[in-house]
Amino acid sequence: MAERTLRGKTAIAGIGETIYYKHGQSPDSEFKLALQAIVKACEDAGISPHEVDGFASYGNDRSDGPRLAAALGVKELKFSNMFWGGGGGGVCGAVGNASAAVATGMADCVIAFRSLAQGQYARYGRSGAAAAVMGDDAFLFPYGVMSPAQRFAMKITRFMHDHGIKQEALRGIAMACYHHAQKNPNAVMRGRELDEAKYDASRWIIEPFHHLYDCCQENDGAAAVVVVPAERAKDMKNKAAYVMACGQGGDHRSAAPVHNMPNYPSSHFGKLAPRMYEMAKMKPSDMGIVQCYENFTGGVLMSLIEHGMVKPEEANEVLVKSNLIVEGGKMPLNTSGGNLAECYMHGLELVIEATRQIRGTAINQVKNNDAAIIMGGPMVTPVSSLILGSEATL
Amino acid sequence: MSGFYLPNGLPTPSSGPDGLSQPYWDGTREKKLRIQKCNGCGSWQWGPEWICHRCHSFDLSWQEIQGKGRIYSYQRPHHPVHTALNGHGPYIAVLVELPDYGNIRMVGNLLGDPLQTVTIGAAVEAVFEPHDDAKPPYTLVQWKTV
Ligand SMILES: [Zn+2]
Repeated sequence: MAERTLRGKTAIAGIGETIYYKHGQSPDSEFKLALQAIVKACEDAGISPHEVDGFASYGNDRSDGPRLAAALGVKELKFSNMFWGGGGGGVCGAVGNASAAVATGMADCVIAFRSLAQGQYARYGRSGAAAAVMGDDAFLFPYGVMSPAQRFAMKITRFMHDHGIKQEALRGIAMACYHHAQKNPNAVMRGRELDEAKYDASRWIIEPFHHLYDCCQENDGAAAVVVVPAERAKDMKNKAAYVMACGQGGDHRSAAPVHNMPNYPSSHFGKLAPRMYEMAKMKPSDMGIVQCYENFTGGVLMSLIEHGMVKPEEANEVLVKSNLIVEGGKMPLNTSGGNLAECYMHGLELVIEATRQIRGTAINQVKNNDAAIIMGGPMVTPVSSLILGSEATL
Repeated sequence: MSGFYLPNGLPTPSSGPDGLSQPYWDGTREKKLRIQKCNGCGSWQWGPEWICHRCHSFDLSWQEIQGKGRIYSYQRPHHPVHTALNGHGPYIAVLVELPDYGNIRMVGNLLGDPLQTVTIGAAVEAVFEPHDDAKPPYTLVQWKTV
């Protein structure tokens, strides 16, 4: 029986992003942003949007596939897919789902995308005004546990406690992301360097471990990638970034109600990461490019550890800015600025940056650029991760 | 002053149209803490669900338990995310583990000084916080160190 794998079967052949805005500052509607990103991704791939035949998204994206297909004049829609779960847990999963459709012949050219204008709809960092709440929320909201930061903070508190990891490790992560944003013209936080003093003096969002700079932004924008069969990608306009593996899911009962998931202090990648490396036939040390979704820096910390990039007992020494930046760092992290400092594009900006890195066209280009790992949406469930590789890794 | 740990105006709990958690909220009105226990395999289960995740029995009962536990984790939010919390200042939320009941966990506030030092592992007990004037009335379960 043939090996069941995604390894090397598909590739990202096109990438597109809108201008990234602070929330509320986009002059264009959310759906128009989605269209702009998709058209740009098609241009980058050298194809017409008429050739697209599928859409995959996540986070309950409001720009639905069939409407996009109609607006773009797609000839025939063959794949229309939404990844369950909130937050950015589905960012890599959407690329994986698009790849699964392409690899199995269900569709030939699928867009994985995210469009999000928090200024036009509800902001994630503010709670809605509903008078009564039910389900899980009924056991959380009346106690002031409402925002994403508040829902995840106690996972981080416990993880830091269990492993003796200090605030400074989170500061190193935040400073590296801000550092990389400074050269990126599309980064919302360009021109706003972050040093130790500024981080330490910033106000508490949640104590412990959540200074202002540990938390992602709220933005408006859209981003898209074009997924095609590997053999087609080889001869297209830009160098292909092959999908080497994708993993999605959650630990045993990771969605258990009222914070009762058995593995509580976790980003929920512990089981997923090994099977993804196995599919890719690669190991953590092969990953020259590391892009990790920052909802909160504590989530990055746990993701890096659960993907085998850092050992918990070494986190305090390893997670310092000098190790995490392109200029001489051993593990350059979020090289375009990420959710913290480029744009909170729900992590799709990380997939796009990983693709640029593999192409060799990134602003903060890493040298060891054959393989990239992207980790999506730590602490939510399900989460997802992706490994991309150059032709050399096939 | 409301006499409650957090100001009035926060969302109020409801069991929702499916009524799954109604026995819990009915219990807290009587100052009783009730969680699910499976009649099939005898295990404790929290939060509420229609089925036992261990033996798949649908026969789940609601049993009164002692509100005694230990702090498993905590947070002290400073930034208000709801208009009712504007200007209120920091407060403490705790995740309490109940070792006598299969280590199920509950979320509440830690009563007392919002700036107090919180110790993971500290023993806590449940305190009922009735909101009698709410429509409909409800009672929250809070925690204090012992
Ligand atoms: Zn049972």
